[in-house]
Amino acid sequence: MRHIISILLENEAGALSRVAGLFSARGYNIESLTVAPTDDPSLSRMTLVTSGTDDVIEQIVKQLNKLIEVVKLGDMTEGVHIEREMMLIKIRVVGDQREEIKRLSDIFRGRIIDVSQTTYTIELTGTGSKLDAFIEAVGSTPILEVVRSGAIGIQRGEKALRL
Amino acid sequence: MELTGAEIFVRCLQDEGVEHIFGYPGGAVLHIYDELYKQDKVQHVLVRHEQAATHAADAYARATGRAGVALVTSGPGATNAVTGIATAYMDSAPLVVFTGQVPTALIGNDAFQEVDSVGITRPCVKHNFLVKDVRDLATTIKKAFYIATTGRPGPVVVDIPKDITAEKTEYHYPETVSLRSYNPTVKGNIRQVRRAVEIMLGARRPMIYTGGGVILDDAAEELTTLARMLDFPVTNTLMGLGGFPGTDRQFVGMLGMHGTYEANLAMHNCDVLIAIGARFDDRVTGNVEKFCPTATIIHVDVDPASISKNVKVDVPIVGRVKVVLQDMLRELAKSDRRPDVEALAEWWKQIEEWRSMECLKYDRDADVIKPQFVVEKLFEVTGGDAFVTSDVGQHQMFAAQFYKFDRPRRWINSGGLGTMGFGLPAAMGVQFAHPDETVVCITGEGSIQMNIQELSTIRQYGLPLKVVNLNNRYLGMVRQWQEFFYQGRYAMSYMESLPDFVKLAEAYGHVGIQVEKPEDVEGALREAMEIRDRAVFLNFLTDQTENVYPMIPAGAGQNEMILI
Ligand SMILES: Cc1ncc(C[n+]2csc(CCOP(=O)(O)OP(=O)(O)O)c2C)c(N)n1
Repeated sequence: MRHIISILLENEAGALSRVAGLFSARGYNIESLTVAPTDDPSLSRMTLVTSGTDDVIEQIVKQLNKLIEVVKLGDMTEGVHIEREMMLIKIRVVGDQREEIKRLSDIFRGRIIDVSQTTYTIELTGTGSKLDAFIEAVGSTPILEVVRSGAIGIQRGEKALRL
Repeated sequence: MELTGAEIFVRCLQDEGVEHIFGYPGGAVLHIYDELYKQDKVQHVLVRHEQAATHAADAYARATGRAGVALVTSGPGATNAVTGIATAYMDSAPLVVFTGQVPTALIGNDAFQEVDSVGITRPCVKHNFLVKDVRDLATTIKKAFYIATTGRPGPVVVDIPKDITAEKTEYHYPETVSLRSYNPTVKGNIRQVRRAVEIMLGARRPMIYTGGGVILDDAAEELTTLARMLDFPVTNTLMGLGGFPGTDRQFVGMLGMHGTYEANLAMHNCDVLIAIGARFDDRVTGNVEKFCPTATIIHVDVDPASISKNVKVDVPIVGRVKVVLQDMLRELAKSDRRPDVEALAEWWKQIEEWRSMECLKYDRDADVIKPQFVVEKLFEVTGGDAFVTSDVGQHQMFAAQFYKFDRPRRWINSGGLGTMGFGLPAAMGVQFAHPDETVVCITGEGSIQMNIQELSTIRQYGLPLKVVNLNNRYLGMVRQWQEFFYQGRYAMSYMESLPDFVKLAEAYGHVGIQVEKPEDVEGALREAMEIRDRAVFLNFLTDQTENVYPMIPAGAGQNEMILI
């Protein structure tokens, strides 16, 4: 099963490679990984999307917790949570397609953030599957570039991953 | 007053109470060596290869329970140390390794003798640090010792750029450190402990299986009390030998691939398994699908990640082994239930039947020297009281099977990584920790040559240790597998052009003794033990084709042993 694991990590050089190294050394999957500092500058928050059986996920969580720089960790997938990912997509658009792609972008609540004579660059946020759906919908219009941030997640309601 | 980084380094070691460090100098650590030279509180031991420094420091730690310390230079010094670091990592030994590094400004420039030591060692350390500011040096060193010795112990590397050792700052060594992200569990959940005790008291065919965790946490006494109170059989892993007295009736021997028949069958047939400070390693479990099919499993370990990693357990208890055992003893004393004496008597009867197979028997009338015989005689001659280190191979298994360790920290070997070359430097480390004790390295002619240069270190420091070379002219363990699984195609397992070990020992300034006949074994051992002022190298020409029995072939269950 797919899991979204959020980690509060000491904001230190090398912490990221320790997490990445753990995954490659033990052969765990990484679907995506994002990391950035938080409101507390001593901490980074990392979001890791991985998949595996319950036993594997249990090991992943335990092994992550063993890393000295991991301060706190939560499996978002265990409770109700919100997941978002951002995508920047550059599409070649000429003629009729300019109107059509703009409409499509509106339907997906995307924003066109850059326009040239032959291209649109669209910014889109949502779950991974929404972004997939947009790419699908673009159909035969040539896609020049896709940049995805990887998923981030947060728990709903009062629950919060903090110190 | 401001001190240089090198001065601070040495002061930290002194304040940490470090008496010995094992190392080898080089450009990046010369400031540090200069400071070591000016004092005599910390004795520096000059090895002949950095791998030996880490093994010696590792074994020093294993023999004492205190952190072992090694110091090496940047680049090749650090890479040479890696095997020793990985060895300590796999066996959870508390080791602190200091590596020199090129000056901060040159890091990343492919400078002379630069290597990314933090990157190279990352997968085989508990933690590592690169010191970037001299003001962090003392705290980092304190953290390194703290992390190495607490929780599940392990090696910590501290990489120190050369400029940091020259810069100055005020010295303050913190008495304690705390890390918000590192708080190892000490006490087990008491409800789980009670549940475990209830299950133990209801057992009809119980089995206690303990590993290196009992040794590392100095919990042998608690374990022994518990086992005696309950009259349960005990088996130890290779790393756990000495955790329970090896000569005790309740001890059924080592388990696993080359464990005893009785230990493995008792494991296979038990209804309650109490695993303490052990990690269900593949050499222990054999095929996990067939492992302990009828047992309710209780597992005590300080490392939560060891629990239910290879084998799903029913009662996990995370905590220090010693503390949990103390709680178990308390709960047992409180309970008015007692173990089922009749069921236990029946179980013991069964175990005795397995034991009567005498799975460790070997040909005692052979006219060549049997390696088992040498170890048995060594046990007798040393009164079972020596510190024994070993290398890796058949001789290691014979040592584990035939030397009955009654006390913890006396058996020191590379179990997890299986590092040939560990034994001799390990014996040096132990001898430094216990200068008046008998220290013996049991080795093979293959392994000993991996760090033979340390005979020179041993001479320099006048260490009176004994090398027992079980010389079968084969990479015996490899030969055994080739005999069993490759139809006797002995690819590269025969050792030709061996040195004359007696002359070699003499060349290094030691006593060399050649032993070729079974009737000379005991006399030679006695003679060697009498020599207290020099090292002795005993070269036993042993049976070339002897195999280690019993054996669970890879992929088989514990009840599928090959007996002799
Ligand atoms: C550094 C290293 N290289 C290779 C091996 C693989 N290996 C395991 S046992 C063994 C043979 C050991 O031979 P020897 O030291 O003569 O001992 P014996 O088995 O003959 O007692 C080898 C090559 C190892 N364990 N460690």
